[in-house]
Amino acid sequence: MGKENIDRRSFLKRLGLGASAAGLTLAGCGNSGKKIIDGGGSNNSEPGEMTYRINPTTGDKVSILGYGCMRWPWKETKDGEKEEIDQEEVNKLIDHAIAHGVNYFDTSPAYCRGLSETATGIALKRHPREKFFIATKLSNFSPKTWSREESLKMYHNSFKKLQVDYIDYLLLHGVGMGSDGMEEFRQRYIDNGVLDYLLKEREAGRIRNLGFSYHGDVAVFDYLLANQDKYKWDFVQIQHNYVDWHHAKEMNPRNTNAEYLYDELDKRKIPAVIMEPLLGGRLSNVPDHIVARLKERAPERSVASWAFRYAGTFPNVLTVLSGMTYMEHLEDNLMSYCPLKPLNEEEIKFLYDTADLMVQYPTIACNDCKYCMPCPYGIDIPAILLHYNKCVNQGNIPQNAQHPDYKKQRQAFLIGYDRSVPKLRQASHCIACGQCEPHCPQNIKIPERLHAIDAFVEKVKQNKLEELA
Amino acid sequence: MLRKIRITLGLIFFIGATLLFLDFTGAIHAWLGWIAKVQFLPAVFAVNVGIIVGLVALTLLFGRVYCSVICPMGVLQDIIAKFGKWSKKNRYSFSPALNAWRYTLFGVMILAIVFGIGSIVGMLAPYSSFGRIVHNLFGPIWILGNNVLAGFAERMESYTFYSRELWVKSWILFTISAVTLTAIGILAWKNGRTYCNSICPVGTFLGFLSRYSLYRPTIELAKCNSCGLCARNCKSACIDSKAHKIDYSRCVSCMDCVSKCHKQAIKYTYKRVKVESLEPAMETVKSEVNDSSRRNFLGLMAFVGGTALMDAAEKTVDGGLAVIEDKKIPTRNKHISPPGSKGHVNIASRCTGCQLCVTVCPNHVLRPSGNLENFMHPVASYERGYCRPECTKCSEVCPTGAIQKIDLAEKSSIQIGRAQWIKENCIPLTDGVSCGNCERHCPVGAIQMIASVSGDDESLKIPAVDTEKCIGCGACEHLCPSRPFSAIYVEGNEKHRLV
Repeated sequence: MGKENIDRRSFLKRLGLGASAAGLTLAGCGNSGKKIIDGGGSNNSEPGEMTYRINPTTGDKVSILGYGCMRWPWKETKDGEKEEIDQEEVNKLIDHAIAHGVNYFDTSPAYCRGLSETATGIALKRHPREKFFIATKLSNFSPKTWSREESLKMYHNSFKKLQVDYIDYLLLHGVGMGSDGMEEFRQRYIDNGVLDYLLKEREAGRIRNLGFSYHGDVAVFDYLLANQDKYKWDFVQIQHNYVDWHHAKEMNPRNTNAEYLYDELDKRKIPAVIMEPLLGGRLSNVPDHIVARLKERAPERSVASWAFRYAGTFPNVLTVLSGMTYMEHLEDNLMSYCPLKPLNEEEIKFLYDTADLMVQYPTIACNDCKYCMPCPYGIDIPAILLHYNKCVNQGNIPQNAQHPDYKKQRQAFLIGYDRSVPKLRQASHCIACGQCEPHCPQNIKIPERLHAIDAFVEKVKQNKLEELA
Repeated sequence: MLRKIRITLGLIFFIGATLLFLDFTGAIHAWLGWIAKVQFLPAVFAVNVGIIVGLVALTLLFGRVYCSVICPMGVLQDIIAKFGKWSKKNRYSFSPALNAWRYTLFGVMILAIVFGIGSIVGMLAPYSSFGRIVHNLFGPIWILGNNVLAGFAERMESYTFYSRELWVKSWILFTISAVTLTAIGILAWKNGRTYCNSICPVGTFLGFLSRYSLYRPTIELAKCNSCGLCARNCKSACIDSKAHKIDYSRCVSCMDCVSKCHKQAIKYTYKRVKVESLEPAMETVKSEVNDSSRRNFLGLMAFVGGTALMDAAEKTVDGGLAVIEDKKIPTRNKHISPPGSKGHVNIASRCTGCQLCVTVCPNHVLRPSGNLENFMHPVASYERGYCRPECTKCSEVCPTGAIQKIDLAEKSSIQIGRAQWIKENCIPLTDGVSCGNCERHCPVGAIQMIASVSGDDESLKIPAVDTEKCIGCGACEHLCPSRPFSAIYVEGNEKHRLV
């Protein structure tokens, strides 16, 4: 009898709750208390006004977001045999960028298997010349092009490919690279009189700004700045991001911390153009707990946005280059820079702490620039290194057979490897001829790293990880 | 009831055996490997006395249930015949046994076994024919399906499926399988079990025993009204309804007659009956000859279809990368047989060419030989991969003992061949760059790099093979950068030896 009462009572209670809930819902509809929105259209997805920086020598008003033309999208040719740059997509990207205020386009005769200048030129030709600034480089890396004739041929060829009669920003490409940075610089630009020639071209107005991009041996950087009175560099391009600020040298003894590079330029009021603000995606593709750390501070913004805001915060930065392959990259970057909300000191400190956490991960410093490619023996070097990095970040590097996730990690590592890199292009086929190594701006010891990865793959395949220690 | 049990068990064996020949991962083998091991001829070659005695006893007890339940080739014919029955009911009729055919082929089989002519054994063995058909004709479809799933898995960042390279390991075998399937298919469609009772030597052998089996279908004369329904539904064509006699040497105990008879005049019972041999009136097998044009056409179609599949699966990639030339098979004076097979003689006398080892080889090393002396038997080659140190799959799956079970430690000490250096192809000498990829990947440390100019330690290094250590796994050959022919290749050992 008693039980039945309780049952009936609880039934009535539930009924009451239900009714009041219904009442609340109704109230919610009519009330202004809470707004439920359709995320897609209204979530502040339209960028505002682009932030611009002024070039002190020419007075150019340069957008803080510069377009890096090294990573244009590819597609298969019609016969399916080869690949070509997807020109339609490039046009679309450049149109969208210009429409939102981007006006700095950075290319090189070496980029995209030598096709970048042409593709960029075609897309820009469709816009008025005063709408954009063109930056290209004298990329005479190969000893074959060190002679005066070959170097100047490359320089003049850029005008043709880009379909312009003056170049806004011309750079000596990658000074400091090679086994002896100073010697190589001398051979590429001094002994053959090419630098003198370019200085004259600047006087003649065919080069509006002359500068250089720097990788590697800091002696060359110091030498060039020490001779600022003679050369009057209008700008210098450096690798700068919140990891390289303190850790560049630590990750790679031959590199120099961005802090030093930036300060040297700032002292002389030479504007800095920033490359690798995102480290080829390595500051966007990060381990879970780093994602969580960044997202907690700005849940609605991308992980990459932190890197771009960081680079733009420095006042002596003229523009920050981003190699945007996809429209989504461009849209996200526009959100970061239209307008730029500079980081405060506390936020910068937070990023440096994040960088300290990140460098503990044994990723390889590959930025996927593909300077090492093509390998004459067919190895897909960046694909191998990126797969390894991906597995590091995702916790899929098998540690030992006793680990509870060992089977899962092993499967992800090995199957992912076969998916990312065709078998014939994997590290096991690297013969260590060493032809790639001098081309790497990050000074990665490529054959050594490939052999280490191959040895690791072999251990994982054979289930013999214990022996690796 | 008995018929239903037979069908259920038969399907279990059939599906199991089919999966064995489809599953390239070798994972199913752990569960279903026994299905291959209980097959009659493999058990004979493996000298698996327990199974042979078991199968003989089974036949003496219940007749040729082996043929209608355990043998996947038998069940395959039943399945094809089932479709044939849909087109026409009550289609069979009694015909005398084709003794000349079956005894001749049985004799050929015995001689082939005695003289160790494996290719003839392989052609006649029903289990092996079945294996070849599934591996060559249905395997590609299975792999294609797997690759589609792998494509989806890749998009979902799942690692459950991985894609598998698809290539035809031997066009001759592909053709033979297609022809076999077509021929057996036509026979089964029209006349049921003609193959089992006129060609298959296992069927003939079990037929000797089943004449004396203790349990068998028997016609009760008292109930029989001689309607002939049983004979018209007997796929073995062995019921002479007019004489009320059953030829037990051909009866596969399928129980169809038992369940068909309206009068319950046929019972599967214990009965000791003196066998009266049925006088065979020689009658030629119909249908077989005049359908040859259609068979050829079907074979051709299968051929063309196969080519199209290959083109789609082997698409080359990436314009930005250096083109990699395909490796070619080097001429080997002696072929390489898989580790565990002991050498050419053992594999020649015991292999039935079923292709189970070829199916499971994860590194694309094994493929059937196209040479006459070891036709259809597995041989190793290293253009697509090499015999990896962590794998003994082929030795685990072989049901005949042609490849005997070995463990990883044994494998690493069996020399199946020896690496030979070809000076003219070696990259340090031709391209002038340092290499040493063979040395770096040799799992037993049989290769060291020596100066190419004697006495000059600064000169580029070339490999030197210690043939006492080399096991012939082909790591050096496969990973050699020289193309299309490697600068180091493996010459097979006739007889394997321990190093």
